[in-house]
Amino acid sequence: MLSYIFRRLLSAIPFLFMVSLTVFILIQLPPGDFVDSWAAAQSASGEVVDMAMMADMRHRYGLDQNILVQYFHWIVGIMQGDFGYSFEWNSPVSALIGERMNLTLILSVGTLFLTWGLALPIGIYSAVKRYSIGDYVFTFFGFIGLAVPHFLIALVLMYISVKFWSLDVTGLFSDEYSNAAWSWGRLNDLLHHLWIPTLILGLGATASLIRIMRANLIDQLYMPYVVTARAKGLSEVRLLMKYPVRIALNPFVSTIGMMLPQLVSGGVILSIVLNLPTAGPLLYRALLSQDIYLSGAFLLLLSMLTVVGTLISDVLLVILDPRIRLEQ
Amino acid sequence: MVDNVNTSSSDIILDVRNLKTYFGTGEKAVRAVDDVSFQMQRGKTLCIVGESGSGKTVAARSILQIVDPPGRIMGGQLLYNAGGEAGNATVDLAKLHPRGKEIRDIRGHDIAMIFQEPMTSLSPIHTIGNQICEAILLHQNVDKAEARARAIELLRRVEIPNPGVAIDKYTFEYSGGMRQRAMIAMALACNPKILIADEPTTALDVTTQAEILALIKELQISYGMAVLFITHDMGVVAEIADEIGVMLNGKLLEFGPAEQIFYSSQNEYTGRLIDSVRKLETSARRARKSTVSDRKLLEVRGVSKIYPGRKTFLGSSKASAPFKALDNVSIDLYEGENLGIVGESGSGKTTLGNCLIRVLSLTDGEVLYRMGDGQIVDLAKSNKHDLRAVHREVRMVFQDPFASLNPRMTIGQIVGEPLLVNGVAKGIELRNRVADLLATVGMPPAAMERYPHAFSGGQRQRIGIARALALNPRLIIADEATSALDVTLRSQILDLLLDLQDKLNLSFILISHDIGVIRYFCDRVAVMYKGQIVETGLADKICGAPEHPYTKALISAVPGTHPRDKRIVNRHRYTLDPAGGKAA
Amino acid sequence: MSELNTPAAAAVQVNMANLRGGIEYASQWTLMWLRFKKHKVALVSMYIVLALYMTAVFSEFLAPFDPEIALRAEGEYKAKAYHPPQGIHLFDTTHGIRFSPYVEVLKEKVDPETLRKLYVSDADRKIPLSFFAHGFSYKFLGLVKTDIHLFGPQKKGDVFYLFGSDRNGRDMFSRVIYGGRFTLSLGLIGVMMSVVFGIFLGGISGYYGGKIDWVVQRLVEFIISLPTIPIWLAMAAALPKNWPPQYRYMAVTLIISLIGWTQLARVVRGRLMSMRGEVFVVAAHLDGCSEWRVIFRHMLPSLASHIIAAVTLSIPLMIVAETSLSFLGLGLQPPAISWGVLLTEAQNIRSIAVAPWLFIPGGAVVIAVLALNFMGDGLRDAADPYSH
Repeated sequence: MLSYIFRRLLSAIPFLFMVSLTVFILIQLPPGDFVDSWAAAQSASGEVVDMAMMADMRHRYGLDQNILVQYFHWIVGIMQGDFGYSFEWNSPVSALIGERMNLTLILSVGTLFLTWGLALPIGIYSAVKRYSIGDYVFTFFGFIGLAVPHFLIALVLMYISVKFWSLDVTGLFSDEYSNAAWSWGRLNDLLHHLWIPTLILGLGATASLIRIMRANLIDQLYMPYVVTARAKGLSEVRLLMKYPVRIALNPFVSTIGMMLPQLVSGGVILSIVLNLPTAGPLLYRALLSQDIYLSGAFLLLLSMLTVVGTLISDVLLVILDPRIRLEQ
Repeated sequence: MVDNVNTSSSDIILDVRNLKTYFGTGEKAVRAVDDVSFQMQRGKTLCIVGESGSGKTVAARSILQIVDPPGRIMGGQLLYNAGGEAGNATVDLAKLHPRGKEIRDIRGHDIAMIFQEPMTSLSPIHTIGNQICEAILLHQNVDKAEARARAIELLRRVEIPNPGVAIDKYTFEYSGGMRQRAMIAMALACNPKILIADEPTTALDVTTQAEILALIKELQISYGMAVLFITHDMGVVAEIADEIGVMLNGKLLEFGPAEQIFYSSQNEYTGRLIDSVRKLETSARRARKSTVSDRKLLEVRGVSKIYPGRKTFLGSSKASAPFKALDNVSIDLYEGENLGIVGESGSGKTTLGNCLIRVLSLTDGEVLYRMGDGQIVDLAKSNKHDLRAVHREVRMVFQDPFASLNPRMTIGQIVGEPLLVNGVAKGIELRNRVADLLATVGMPPAAMERYPHAFSGGQRQRIGIARALALNPRLIIADEATSALDVTLRSQILDLLLDLQDKLNLSFILISHDIGVIRYFCDRVAVMYKGQIVETGLADKICGAPEHPYTKALISAVPGTHPRDKRIVNRHRYTLDPAGGKAA
Repeated sequence: MSELNTPAAAAVQVNMANLRGGIEYASQWTLMWLRFKKHKVALVSMYIVLALYMTAVFSEFLAPFDPEIALRAEGEYKAKAYHPPQGIHLFDTTHGIRFSPYVEVLKEKVDPETLRKLYVSDADRKIPLSFFAHGFSYKFLGLVKTDIHLFGPQKKGDVFYLFGSDRNGRDMFSRVIYGGRFTLSLGLIGVMMSVVFGIFLGGISGYYGGKIDWVVQRLVEFIISLPTIPIWLAMAAALPKNWPPQYRYMAVTLIISLIGWTQLARVVRGRLMSMRGEVFVVAAHLDGCSEWRVIFRHMLPSLASHIIAAVTLSIPLMIVAETSLSFLGLGLQPPAISWGVLLTEAQNIRSIAVAPWLFIPGGAVVIAVLALNFMGDGLRDAADPYSH
């Protein structure tokens, strides 16, 4: 088992390498580089930028080197904890991303737990009470949750809260805490703001999880082993929990790997709309201004988050399912 | 309508009166069990026999009220008398609430049940011990350690080797026979008064079936249980039944002592069931003129098929040893001969068939085939072009008549395909040829425009045979060609093949696990066991007086059709494989 | 030869007699349709989807006004920004009940307290509408030059706003119709690209198996585990800003389908894998069919229905992707009109507080996505009419 986890970790390495390569190619894709866009901005505001100055900047930032050399420097730096330098903010990338990545993590993982907490009981209910009114209601909301893009839900919610409650739902902190150091008060403030984006983000994911749980459980409910257990004289509730629910849990757990990329993805666009101090808005800005090391760091870390999610779900599955455990 | 057996009431442990179990309500309700009455006696075995869809399983499940929805007991009584010191208190199980405490106390405690598919009937993610202990803890006031000790004792009782270790294993680590033993152990956990066994041996090999039947019989005597045995197999019924009920379409046609049913049944359906089994105890091949010549058609020399073991990649999975599916198999086939290849699951018989026609490649050995023009081809080394020529002469009939016909093509297209792609016929000529072929297998030409879903299993198998005949083959390999069919249809298909042989100068290789089918159809038989041919000989000899100990075990495990001659009691056990499966 | 084995032949004939009806002559498409039809929600959704794509094809005919033009009624010196939606009255009741559709004109007024602009009904002034009215000229299906529209103001030059007007006083109704053309066609074209990638890679992966399969599967796993939106954003941000709309349209479609193909590849591969071992495929080989014939004559027909279902379920993902990207300003960009582009107008909380009808394109997205999802679900359930 431990050796399996170890092997699984090892096999994530080529994966992470692929991720880093993809990210680097992505951030190198735009024609021109940061100096170009910087120069354009400068000349737009009337400043004169000559070629020598641009070449000098390129040299200073290593942008004139071979692309492989640049990648090598970048990746070696990252392994040492140096994510490079943000041209736009004139500050090391690592100083900019720390808190934002933490908040992204809190938002994603928080949503994951909320999603599970809602989807599990509702999924069980919908499967057991199939075709009941409750089942139809949940199915209906499920489809809405799946069909409406996150940003649209966020917009509608913003509209409703401003229009009817005169409430501002953007951001994750009240003004007095937004730049303060961590404290109980700040945490409390965060939790007060966090639930709205969590709910919006979790809606679609919850809907698909309910459908997965419902379908899996319905498959299990009429399996022969359930009849066996019933023939033993087990009560219905104990029977349900010990056998079908427990077995339907396995595919449920394996959805973390699929869920996290979706949540991170949705989180980016949602935080741009709601202006949350997470990775999204800064990544967006960095991409537009070709601040490549900043956007590269975000892309890499966000992708890593999903790789880690897959890893966790694989490991959990091995713990939960003896069939897989003994295969290994 | 049904003869009541005259016994004193105290001997009757379960009295089923006018049981009605319907699926759905109103006019459209499916009457799965329709006004069925029978009695079970203490310590005796009642067999309910019927074909699929006869309602026998639903009847059994109704007793414990565990019919899957929308099935419901709509009427009748299920009078259960526990007997003993409790006095003669009689409970009507049909009146109890299906989810209530009273019926749950009876389930598993008074009346226990075992099922057909031991793999899916046990939870895949709980240990065997967990599932047995659960039954003990539910009904008996003992602690966990005591329950575990009892569970180990039960596993020992059902002859599972090394029960102290086996108790912590999972279902998928057991072999098929072991799983069924574990399930029996679970059913015995609380010394039930009635054991309901729902087709418990249908999914098992014949030798394993014999072991399980013997075990149930032996446990029945030592525990003094009444057994309700559900099966479709008249052979099994003959082996174990004291009393028999015959069901068809939800009705109980006949109910009475075993001897009465087998030797003096008045019912036409029961007679047909018994006859179709007894027919397969004879040889139809011997009754016909022999077509065997002394020219070899096929010569198989030292054929092996080895599946390489899994190698580890980055240690991602456990390495496994190579698996020898076929181990140095040699056999001859003469022109006009019917060769049977018999063996149990995993014996390699299907692999052999697939290797002979080169659906699978061979690891080693040669398959020498004499073509129609006298040329001898080694199929093991033939290239694609040569194989195409061989495949015009050597054809295959498959086991599953549903999977082997493409559901998206019409019968005309399916049967005509070999003619078309080999450039034999097209257009109107093709249609005529297909119509002829269909007529040959007893199908009307109108079948051509229809899709496979319009036909029953037996009809589909005829279509499959027509396709095999399309190119005027010389050899047909039939892999379990009758196993998926009802017993009454089996001899029909075999008779059809024998008729064709008389007319068309054909040779057959019939692969089957069913001794009856082999005896009926074949001139010569090869017995396979674990990838090897252990014995070859004339069909009469193999089925009558086999020499190899495995063949003896195999033949003696086949249930007979005479309740007066219970064969499995005197069966021959093959010691290499004592528990009917490999030890976990 | 019918004299042989008479009892068996008779048994067959008895069964054949029961089969008169028609279902036994039904091809897979007929059976699929029969099964699909039973799924009422899916059936209704299919009609909705058809209607939506029809509006995309006939946008010019259905839209009463040019979506690019700030509408200015005669005698007004500037277009009305954020004009609220006007309901259509079908019957004129002034002189008895008469079918004569019209809209009431809204008058601009300033609220004396808040000083905000208000529109109040002016019941006396009506703008009569008519079917097949003359409006802006266009080429019907790109072929016939005409200026007839399904409906519009009777008098050329009159204006009305069914879905209100936007910041520049353009007719939202016409814009939503035009937006559907971009968004829906992008979904369709994107899916087609995905199908090409997905069927090609999934196909070789599932058919050949082995090393090729291993590589393709790792690639699919890799792409699936990436968070799509950040990657899309990065790719879209790399597009040159000065590209003309049609380049951008193709590029955005390509970007979206680069990630969307994985799902299709999985479906195709899974089906092929399970079908490679199917007995009827083995039988086809033994019948002497060539590889190509086995693939195209025997395997592809069973695959087609599953691909169609998977494709239908992929379109809504494409639509949501386009909408999201365009909404962030990284997808299609004005002057191109798509539902995503229209929703950028709703980005600003102050605009939507004044003009909540800016959400209408969002409603269109939701309807399209829901309908496609339901239809896809129904197709998937009907894809294998031979199960059960």
